Amino acid sequence: MYMLKYIFKRIGLMLMTFSIIFVMSFVLIKMLPFEPTPQLGKDMDIVINQFKERGYYDPIPKQLFLYLKRIVLNGDFGICYNSPENYNKPVWDVFVTKLPPTILINIYSSLFSVPIGIALGIFAALKKNKWQDHVISTTVMVFISVPSFVYASLVLYLFCFKVPIFPYKTILSLSAAGGTYLSWRMFVSMIPAVLAMSFGSIAGYARGTRAELTEVLTSEFMLLARTKGLTKSQATVRHALRNAMVPIFPSIIGEFVGVLSGSLVIEKIFGIPGVGGLYLESINTMDYDLFMMLSSFYILVGLAAGLVVDLSYGIIDPRIRMGAR
Amino acid sequence: MKAQDYQISSEKFKFRAMGDTLHDKKLETKPVGYFKDALYRFTRNKGSILAAFIIGFLVLFAIVGPWLTPYKVNQGDAYYANVLPKSELFAKLGLGIWDGVGTQSRVSKVTLDKYLAIEQETGDKVVVGDISETEEYEKNKKVTKYTFGIDTYSKVGIVLLEAMSPEEYLDIQRYQNETGIQVIYPITDPTLRTSAIAEQSNANIWFKTGKSNSLVIEYDENGNLIPIYKEYTGNDMYNSIRKEGDTPKYDYGIPKQNGTQWEVRVKYDEYYKYYHTEVLKDGIEYPSFMFGADAKGCDIFVQLSSGARFSFILAIIVASVNLIVGAIYGAIEGYYGGKIDLFMERVSDILSAVPNMIVITLLKYHLDVNHVIVLFISFFLTGWIGMASRTRMQFYRFKNQEYVLVARTLGARDRRIMFKHIFPNAIGTLITGSVLVIPSVIFSETSLSYLGIISLETGGVTSVGTLLSNGQAALYTFPHIIVFPAVFISLLMLSFNLFGNGLRDAFNPSLRGAEE
Repeated sequence: MYMLKYIFKRIGLMLMTFSIIFVMSFVLIKMLPFEPTPQLGKDMDIVINQFKERGYYDPIPKQLFLYLKRIVLNGDFGICYNSPENYNKPVWDVFVTKLPPTILINIYSSLFSVPIGIALGIFAALKKNKWQDHVISTTVMVFISVPSFVYASLVLYLFCFKVPIFPYKTILSLSAAGGTYLSWRMFVSMIPAVLAMSFGSIAGYARGTRAELTEVLTSEFMLLARTKGLTKSQATVRHALRNAMVPIFPSIIGEFVGVLSGSLVIEKIFGIPGVGGLYLESINTMDYDLFMMLSSFYILVGLAAGLVVDLSYGIIDPRIRMGAR
Repeated sequence: MKAQDYQISSEKFKFRAMGDTLHDKKLETKPVGYFKDALYRFTRNKGSILAAFIIGFLVLFAIVGPWLTPYKVNQGDAYYANVLPKSELFAKLGLGIWDGVGTQSRVSKVTLDKYLAIEQETGDKVVVGDISETEEYEKNKKVTKYTFGIDTYSKVGIVLLEAMSPEEYLDIQRYQNETGIQVIYPITDPTLRTSAIAEQSNANIWFKTGKSNSLVIEYDENGNLIPIYKEYTGNDMYNSIRKEGDTPKYDYGIPKQNGTQWEVRVKYDEYYKYYHTEVLKDGIEYPSFMFGADAKGCDIFVQLSSGARFSFILAIIVASVNLIVGAIYGAIEGYYGGKIDLFMERVSDILSAVPNMIVITLLKYHLDVNHVIVLFISFFLTGWIGMASRTRMQFYRFKNQEYVLVARTLGARDRRIMFKHIFPNAIGTLITGSVLVIPSVIFSETSLSYLGIISLETGGVTSVGTLLSNGQAALYTFPHIIVFPAVFISLLMLSFNLFGNGLRDAFNPSLRGAEE
């Protein structure tokens, strides 16, 4: 019962934060001049009239009301009017078509990096202060520090150009890959991007796991476990690992919530037709409806990831109440 | 046993110090204060010491780098676009590295002959090292392809300047007479020039070619190239060094627009020297780019070092402002607690949930100012939150301790208790925090300019992110453009992380004596 109350309180606080940021961003965006850029085959009078009917020239509070009303009643988040590729399409539809590649790349990367990272961390912790540990820890330090665009360039240059192990430099278009994002060819073309994304998170998991596990391995209950007759591996798997996972597991969950947002840099380098690229396009073309929707999406994902991490601490280890007094 | 065996007579007792006053001895060891202890623990950590040296080196590079080369940030020379890194010292030693020599792989015979022709005309080594041949099939025909080393500087060779002023033309002749270096080469006869479209303004084609849209080289019976220089008329106002074996046989310039402009062929590296030493007088003596040049022919060394300078200045200003604002904010939050804390914590919660990208985009479109200012404001807006929460945490830990209570009982005011008694406890974590702010600011600035959201080039500054983004565009053809910025940013992040870890351990008194 206490847990439920706690969860509701946290969700309530999150929604409050979200609505404040949402309203602030909305007002600030609407204070900018609204100027659809003239394009070939676009009658500006018709365009302006269309947006007049939608109330885009009304006072800002009224616009906010209309905007929320359209979202609630019709699921209408607005229309793209500046981005050349998606001109005159509903924002929500554009967003939905861009979502699958972003999510897929992130899921592949997580599936790849979580087991490897944790395994490396466990190995390093068990071999603490031996050469294996030193090698892993040093490599992890290097991989955590080097920015992802440097990896991406390295992967592209080495594995796609000098020694072409991977056949595609950028990911294939939907039609070239057979009409679905789940095809094998699509997967192959995504590998470089997945690799470039994984190095950093592998290193992160390895470092976290190593730090936690070395601390747990020196605890007194480990001595007790050994005294009552468990072998070293039994004690490590059944007692140490479970306790070490308490802070690691929430971060994995957090990452899976974060898969929605993706990485702007990686999407740009590998030409992934995902949400990140769409966001950059909305910024560069000043497509406010698109920008507003994607911004709220990013804010919501960020807040939700934080919340899920905090709550999962409490579920995994009931002694922990993040943010409670 | 008898009792008297253990009796000790009173004469055996003596006064230790009769008549003297007893004093405590002065401590002979030196006191180990908080900072001394931290310094000791820091110096024990070899990784952090190394990192500190690397950081020092990078900062030094940023400070003195722009003065080490005569080039300016946006000063490009299109003829030297994409040339490879070259150090004059290494080139003279002939070690085969860092000398501006690249590999030209698998090119046709015509391309090789073109380079050899430049060599023959200028006397500079263009094709370096052995020429290896490979057989390949091209359109079902067997062709031989050549791979060889090529000097990216001397392959520029001769350049056709189509509109030189008569004054400059005469001045170069004066320069030639004074120094004995030949800059101007015999002009080719416009009627004999190649009809290959891609090569028509290429002054390196000084030999006879076939009438064809692609370059076909014609040879005489001995297999030599046939020059197409314009025959001597004496109307070229030329009275200076002539090419070997030229007993006036060739003309050196063609007047255009009634002699107000001259068409002249110049050897570009000599012309470059002449132009920079005699005309611009900007301290550039010869073309030599330590880190190579980018697609616009700008020196990467000066770009990287001034980009680094900008990044460091930005990061240090942001870190110090954040430190001050965050410390004050966090101190007030932590010390007063209760409703004030709840309210202030909500404000910082909300601010920290706003993605930086949104802040920058909105600022960029709302304020019509230089992007550098946008960058500053956006970092100030949310950057202090981490500092504030650290300070707040320390204040919560210490504000109810007995010594604080004593201070209050003795009548110390709030401000004194906050900054004299509690704040010093937070200094360690704050120093660590502000050091780690520096790489994170540089990293986000790099990402933002890399993504093109912030374009610093409009403000006349360059940044590491811009360089990386330029390098990414030419990743496959000219990988050297991205190498140095990438190495710089990687080294910087790595050494700051190591340094920060060392500082964190150093300022953690619970680790005292942990390693011994």
